Amino acid sequence: MIVIDSLTVRFGGVTPINDMNLTMTAGSNGLIGPNGAGKTTFFNVLSGFVRPAEGTVTVFGDELLPMADFKRVRWGVRRTFQTEQAIADLTVYENVLLIEEHSGRKSSTRRADVIEAVEFVGLGNQIGRAVGTLGAAERRLVEVARAIVGHPRLVLLDEPAAGLPEDETEKLGEIIKQIPDRTGAMVVLVDHDMELVSATCDEVAVLDFGSVIASGKTQAVLADPLVMRAYLGDDERVQA
Amino acid sequence: MTHANPTDNRLPSILTAATPRRVITFVAFVLIALLLLPIVLSAFWMKIMFEMAAYSLVTLGLGLLVGRTGIYSLCQVPMMAAGAWIALRVHYLVDLPFPLLLLISGLLTGLLGIVIGLPAMRLSGLYLALVTLMAAGAITLLLTVVKFPNGGDGFWGFDKLNSSGQNILPRPSSATSDIAFYRYTVVVAAIGFLVAAIHITGKPGRAWASIRQSEVTAVSAGVNTTLYKLWAFALSAAVTGVAGGLIVAGTGVTTNQFPVEQSITLLAVVLLGGVYNLWGAVLAAFFLRVFPQILDKKLGLPVEVLTMLFGVGVISTLAMQPKGVVEDLTNLGRFVGSKFARSERAEHEGVAT
Ligand SMILES: Nc1ncnc2c1ncn2[C@@H]1O[C@H](COP(=O)(O)OP(=O)(O)OP(=O)(O)O)[C@@H](O)[C@H]1O
Ligand SMILES: [Mg+2]
Repeated sequence: MIVIDSLTVRFGGVTPINDMNLTMTAGSNGLIGPNGAGKTTFFNVLSGFVRPAEGTVTVFGDELLPMADFKRVRWGVRRTFQTEQAIADLTVYENVLLIEEHSGRKSSTRRADVIEAVEFVGLGNQIGRAVGTLGAAERRLVEVARAIVGHPRLVLLDEPAAGLPEDETEKLGEIIKQIPDRTGAMVVLVDHDMELVSATCDEVAVLDFGSVIASGKTQAVLADPLVMRAYLGDDERVQA
Repeated sequence: MTHANPTDNRLPSILTAATPRRVITFVAFVLIALLLLPIVLSAFWMKIMFEMAAYSLVTLGLGLLVGRTGIYSLCQVPMMAAGAWIALRVHYLVDLPFPLLLLISGLLTGLLGIVIGLPAMRLSGLYLALVTLMAAGAITLLLTVVKFPNGGDGFWGFDKLNSSGQNILPRPSSATSDIAFYRYTVVVAAIGFLVAAIHITGKPGRAWASIRQSEVTAVSAGVNTTLYKLWAFALSAAVTGVAGGLIVAGTGVTTNQFPVEQSITLLAVVLLGGVYNLWGAVLAAFFLRVFPQILDKKLGLPVEVLTMLFGVGVISTLAMQPKGVVEDLTNLGRFVGSKFARSERAEHEGVAT
């Protein structure tokens, strides 16, 4: 369970997160909202890159915000980035191993864990290739493998399907759907692709101007006229 | 074409150092340096080759920092002086076997490297380079005041009355002649390169690669960036400190042998040599110690020409976006390298098909 209480982030005069209150309980949770709603900023708070002005975030009973940024990975926070960040100079194997060896796991299971994660995302045949030589979709999958290797507890996916063709997005959706059962982690998925969100997430929250304007069962939230209005204000992608 | 079978795929690493071809190349290179060069080269050129061998550890140290973590330091030459100073100081303090003296030099210089690396926690790029240059200036200035130890009393160990200007450390009894000590140096350098290779292909190498890509990438992978940056500084300084110990035993040192500008020249040759490949460090040491002698002794050109060439390279590096120019210069290093590699590769592929 993730409990977000009165979370506020200020950048000078901008308030990208404004008194955000939300409790997430599902295995897969969607977080949607128009451009600039504060979704990525929220992830940055959870990763420790942004220090909020106010509020707390409690995940599985542990307060996340007082933890040093790099130690959160050891605790179990994993993420992918809106602009993909897999390390181009390293192989797929090394990319995933990097997370595994910094998350405090026993070294005896490392190799098996890494191979399992890579095979889970379907990159078993590419495991020895340098990430820099892979295509965009494959690099996204490398990031997903990095996010689920070992024992993740909170997997944050920031627009993992952005720029992917429909069939690749579908495949990715299948993989994301399996993460909670397979790893026991909670997934928070940010994406503008409503089909992907409704296919993978049991619950959804809608962020607009840094506040939660709706949350609940995915189908109910997506049918909410208020949500449609917030979205249609400046994003037509939902119509598709 | 060999088709990779699944079990081959289980051992994947583009960083893996110990491919048979690399091991053979490395061993062959070391054997040539140990056995062939002393036969074919004159005493003068062997002295130059000794310097190249010792300085290859210095270029290795800077190459590790620049190439692996993307950190630019202009404090590498004073690290070498520090290594020499520490070796002398410890020698006058206690009678230790030479390898132990080198080890202590490396360890203590490594600690100094950590101190120099502290600003890297806050600064990067050009700003950090300037701070390290100032540190280099400070260390060089300190050295002109305290001088190299010559058996005097006190912490600094310098005796004014007993000063000859030149400080030499006794060589190990097993390698007293110039040729023997040259070979000793080649072996120590080879060990240094192996230690570097082990780091690069292991956990530190992966952590450094993440830092080089971006701080955000590294932190979100759980990498303690402070620890690994300082580790890079320590390793870089340690191999350089060992080089200082070798130089002070091989040719001796004088106080004004380590001018601040030389750190800039060093960065230039390291970039020229190529920082993403350990062989780049060997090439850089060649540019630094052998190439000037070839210009001077063989071609009769003034050495200043070379300094100017290197100088132009550095100005363009500092004036432009650091990463972009590294890429350019590294490609140049690779281009030079590929000339050597081409025939070998053709041969290799010939065997495989
Ligand atoms: N480091 C920063 N400094 C100042 N403002 C920022 C910073 N990062 C984000 N913002 C602002 O905060 C707001 C929220 O941005 P954020 O990236 O969180 O939105 P988002 O919901 O992820 O949008 P998108 O769907 O386009 O990715 C935007 O107005 C953005 O300009
Ligand atoms: Mg975003």
